[in-house]
Amino acid sequence: MRLFYPLVSFATVILLWEVAIRIFNVPNYILPNIGQVLESLQTGYIDGSYWPHLSFTLTATVTGYLSGAVVALVLGAVLAEIPIVERFVFPLVIAIQSMPKVALAPLVIVWFGFGIESKIVMVALICFFPIFVNVIVGLRSVDPNLVDMMRICGASRLDILREVKLPHAASPIFAGLQIAVVMGLIGAVVGEFIASTEGLGFLIQTGSNALDLGTVFAGLISLAVIGVCGTQLLRFLHTRIVFWDRKSFGSVAAGEG
Amino acid sequence: MPAVSLDRVSLTYVTASGTIPAVQNLSLDIERGSFVSILGPSGCGKSTLIKMVAGLLAPSAGAAKLNGETVTGPRKDVGMVFQQPTLLPWKSVLDNVKVPLRARGLDAKACDLRARQMLELVKLAGFEKNYPFELSGGMQQRVGIARALIHDPPVVVMDEPFAALDALTREQMSLELQRLWEHSQKTVIFVTHSIHEAAFLSDRVIVLSARPAKVVKDIRIDLPRPRNVETLADSAFTELCNELRSELYAVTGALDGKR
Ligand SMILES: Nc1ncnc2c1ncn2[C@@H]1O[C@H](COP(=O)(O)OP(=O)(O)O)[C@@H](O)[C@H]1O
Ligand SMILES: [Mg+2]
Repeated sequence: MRLFYPLVSFATVILLWEVAIRIFNVPNYILPNIGQVLESLQTGYIDGSYWPHLSFTLTATVTGYLSGAVVALVLGAVLAEIPIVERFVFPLVIAIQSMPKVALAPLVIVWFGFGIESKIVMVALICFFPIFVNVIVGLRSVDPNLVDMMRICGASRLDILREVKLPHAASPIFAGLQIAVVMGLIGAVVGEFIASTEGLGFLIQTGSNALDLGTVFAGLISLAVIGVCGTQLLRFLHTRIVFWDRKSFGSVAAGEG
Repeated sequence: MPAVSLDRVSLTYVTASGTIPAVQNLSLDIERGSFVSILGPSGCGKSTLIKMVAGLLAPSAGAAKLNGETVTGPRKDVGMVFQQPTLLPWKSVLDNVKVPLRARGLDAKACDLRARQMLELVKLAGFEKNYPFELSGGMQQRVGIARALIHDPPVVVMDEPFAALDALTREQMSLELQRLWEHSQKTVIFVTHSIHEAAFLSDRVIVLSARPAKVVKDIRIDLPRPRNVETLADSAFTELCNELRSELYAVTGALDGKR
């Protein structure tokens, strides 16, 4: 039943797409028909030529995402807990954050080469900020009474961080992790656009250069699938891990009662 | 020697927009084993005062003393109940009650029995495995009380513990609290802005002035114990309430019921 509405929406879009191509006689180097896209997907994934590209982008995204997330968690916790570090580091962070990270891509390529390393760095760089900001906000927004309660109970600062602040920050951190999935994909694709011989970004670019829009759309659909799967996985983990915070799950929790 | 004594304590908050004197030169001795209520208008400095006793805030001048020892930080011999239940939402009721023992290094098994006994005492047996969000406000506050008492501290401070509850639950909780305290020989400092609660529970009611807090009245409540629902209808009780009310109205400047 949960699949009913999305299925109807997708079917409608596909129908309108096909109808538009027929009515307006759109040439297939502007907009391919569904058949072409399916054909590209079929040859790509069944004959196997897309798998290395998918795997390249996936590896770059997952590795970059995890490294960015770990650094964001550690640095966020240090900054939130130690005011003097915050005073020195925060201005730097603000300065880097106000820069569109994709503008750093050419530089990252120069520094880390044409291979997967530069893509991983791009992903990590882009993923870092939404997670980092949410870690700090989450740790800071803890109820001061809970901290007082722990102090009365004889807890150390580390106990308070581990037992109160981190669990409290879990919900905002998950929100950051979820945003970072899609942003991380942007990083990987931009890296691949600029200089790469592999990856879905590379596939899309070569398809577009050859006016083979079937391949372009197949690449886009693959990226969307990765994005949706990643986001759903994080939602699932969020509801599982932060079981006590029902209101922050939104429609997901409501739908599952 | 008094169990708790405040020796000319002052506390001034320093904020970006200026300094706020919350408590000024306040002295008070509290006898061992007594139940003392602190009654005062909202914002007068009651929480501030009680946090100095609990070692959460350091006085700007003067000292809070327990058994004659100056308080320098949170101590094992003080338990605290907060206005909100202040439970960890990700821990079960049982684990919440264990927090004071766990934080002091006892392992989970060792404090299990004691935690269960405490829950029985506050009539929450059977709810060990539930999470706070599955309990009513009154039940959550009972968990908070069990947690404050689990390590058997001789002094318990309570900061408007029933303020967030409905009137009926409040009255029942007052009776429960009296039952818990009666034979415990604990010294209780109970902050409230409810005149009835103060008169019903206490041996002594301290009325504080508006901010910065000073003691304006110190009234002994000699009603016989145990007190019960009939006490509420007693004329001596009504008279005490009236007296406290006029004191409180005097400090808030709302004489004759005008505000
Ligand atoms: N952390 C703080 N920083 C600045 N001012 C505070 C702080 N806590 C309390 N105050 C101020 O001190 C006064 C007394 O507060 P409090 O002790 O909480 O009063 P009460 O518990 O009697 O309502 C209030 O005017 C309040 O605004
Ligand atoms: Mg208060």
